[in-house]
Amino acid sequence: MTEPGTLSLVCAVLLPFLGVLAGLALGGRNVRAVALITILAGLAVVFSIALTFVQSAQPLTYLLGGWAPPLGIALRADGLSVTMMLAVAVVVAGIAAYAWRDFAPPAGDAGKRAPFMYWLLLLAVWGSLNLVFLSGDLFTLYVALELLTFAGVPLVCLDGRGETLRAALRYLLFALAGSLLYLLGAVLLYGAHGTLDIALLAGLVSPGPIAWTAAALMTVGLLAKTALFPLHIWLPPAHAGAPAAGSAVLSALVIKGSWFLVVRLWFDVMPGVITFSAAQLLAALGALAIVVGSVVALRQERLKLLVAYSTIAQIGYLFLMFPLAFDAGGTALVHGAALDAGVLQAVSHATAKAGMFMAAGLIYASLGHDRIADLAGIARAMPVTVLAFAVAGLALMGVVPSGAYLAKKLLLAAADGSGQWWWTLVLQGGAAFTAGYMVLVLANVLRRPAAPVVLLKRASRLSETAALALAACSLLLALAALGPVPGDLISNPLAPKELLSTLAVVICGGLLAFGMSRRSLLAERADGGFARRAMVAAGAAFERLDEFARRWTSASILLLALAGLFGWLMVQGAAG
Amino acid sequence: MMTVASVFGLCAAALIGLGLFGLITHPQPLRKILAFNVIGSGVFLLFGAIAYRGAGAGMAADPVPQALLITGIVVAFSATALAVAVLLRLHEETGSASLTAEAADKRSGGGQDA
Repeated sequence: MTEPGTLSLVCAVLLPFLGVLAGLALGGRNVRAVALITILAGLAVVFSIALTFVQSAQPLTYLLGGWAPPLGIALRADGLSVTMMLAVAVVVAGIAAYAWRDFAPPAGDAGKRAPFMYWLLLLAVWGSLNLVFLSGDLFTLYVALELLTFAGVPLVCLDGRGETLRAALRYLLFALAGSLLYLLGAVLLYGAHGTLDIALLAGLVSPGPIAWTAAALMTVGLLAKTALFPLHIWLPPAHAGAPAAGSAVLSALVIKGSWFLVVRLWFDVMPGVITFSAAQLLAALGALAIVVGSVVALRQERLKLLVAYSTIAQIGYLFLMFPLAFDAGGTALVHGAALDAGVLQAVSHATAKAGMFMAAGLIYASLGHDRIADLAGIARAMPVTVLAFAVAGLALMGVVPSGAYLAKKLLLAAADGSGQWWWTLVLQGGAAFTAGYMVLVLANVLRRPAAPVVLLKRASRLSETAALALAACSLLLALAALGPVPGDLISNPLAPKELLSTLAVVICGGLLAFGMSRRSLLAERADGGFARRAMVAAGAAFERLDEFARRWTSASILLLALAGLFGWLMVQGAAG
Repeated sequence: MMTVASVFGLCAAALIGLGLFGLITHPQPLRKILAFNVIGSGVFLLFGAIAYRGAGAGMAADPVPQALLITGIVVAFSATALAVAVLLRLHEETGSASLTAEAADKRSGGGQDA
């Protein structure tokens, strides 16, 4: 069963953890070098896996100890996992380049622990993610998911301030609640079928009370860890409080782990159990996340919080593909164009959001603050950083030839094909919301400063380049996908039609930004007209909704209510 | 007639319910950590009952869940240790052990930068 060449699957998981152990053993001064060697070796392993996969054109399987499931444990690499592993490896390398200067080992012996911990945690996140992408059974996935949380939580509170410790604790407790729901679902499935192997379960699971309960519990548990609105209680303080190199890891990578598990669960474990209406609910939460996340992002006064809320909106996008991935009869989820689009979105978000957080971090480090209203003149003082931020924003908006653009085209085609016009509206309108907070930031950054900008310190060239490179990766992603995707989906970015649609999106976004932002962009005329007052009121209402959802009691009751709702929709779907 | 497995199963369900209630209603993080452990015990007990029943494979008593259970307990133990460590650091730094900044401010007189 186990073919040669698949040993690299084990290496992909083991190598980062070996790096962690070596770093621990060799101590603080060598840990950065250990991380560098591990990342380079890990990149080579991942590329070799991708090469083997492309050559053999079928999923790679490695059986641990030669034991076949159901007794043994299998590592499997299919197209999904190989794509995600490649993307994660590239983003990890980019983030490491960015953090190279910031987390240099301290000069003296009695140095701070933050740099030491940072490199170990980065490697641990990477190893756990590779395990999430590769493992072939639900219990190993549970362990991988927990490892990911344990590596992610300390990243939040690296600087040890009380505020960030509180954010880390909230994150940990809510994530633990989510993972117990996931484990409960897995246990129920084991009780019914006597195995947790994904490939074996796929053949055994059939719609029924146990499958419905398990699916509902596992789904909401994973959504809590992914921070899909309204279960985003922990995300804004955690992502905004962490150091930029940590936020980039958390926002670009960690949340993709639990999202990937939802995809595995819905597409590979129980494609026939999930009903059309349950998928509609999931995507509706996604649409809600886009609107609320973007509007609340517009209302922020600090750049890092704005980027954190934009992450909430982008998480929403990742869930839009589920109802569009059903087969013609609407009975089962199938691998196809919609899933490709979803993965493309995940990859493009991972690269763009990492670049965006890095740019925000550089601005914070250079100015000593990140108040959006006081960013005037930064564009001239830090052109490369601002360019990285703008490019990442364009990529998130889905301008040609970004990955998000291609994903949108694929999803629009799927929505047209299945007659779900309402998702067409969400997909087309979502870009305007993204444009909104980009316009808000760029309008402030490009303003003429009252006094010359004083930088506390210059951003390192390496960090700036890393941020720009990752953002550019996202913007050019569609070109990389040209081979497997029909060419007519990508048009010339400078064609009049594309320019017009980009312009329309930017104008809509500009209107939103002018209307809903906390401080009027038109400076002096503070209270403005009736339209501005109405939009400010609407913005404040969204903010209150967000505050309500982020209270512990409401968040945990929503968690259980959503589990019930998913279960009910699956029962209804089966009855109807 | 109730079998032994279903008695244990019902106990497990009760533990999970109690734990969820605690997790939602208690504002103190330490109680939430304890509630998390109660839910965890419930899930593990359920797994044990499933093993006793012989799961789906038709075996008299299934050894696989026990192996998974031990791993699960280790994971839950590490989670608890991490949570308690973060909680202790939080108390050291801010002098309060609350999850919300407002509650912490009220207790410490509102003057501190939380």
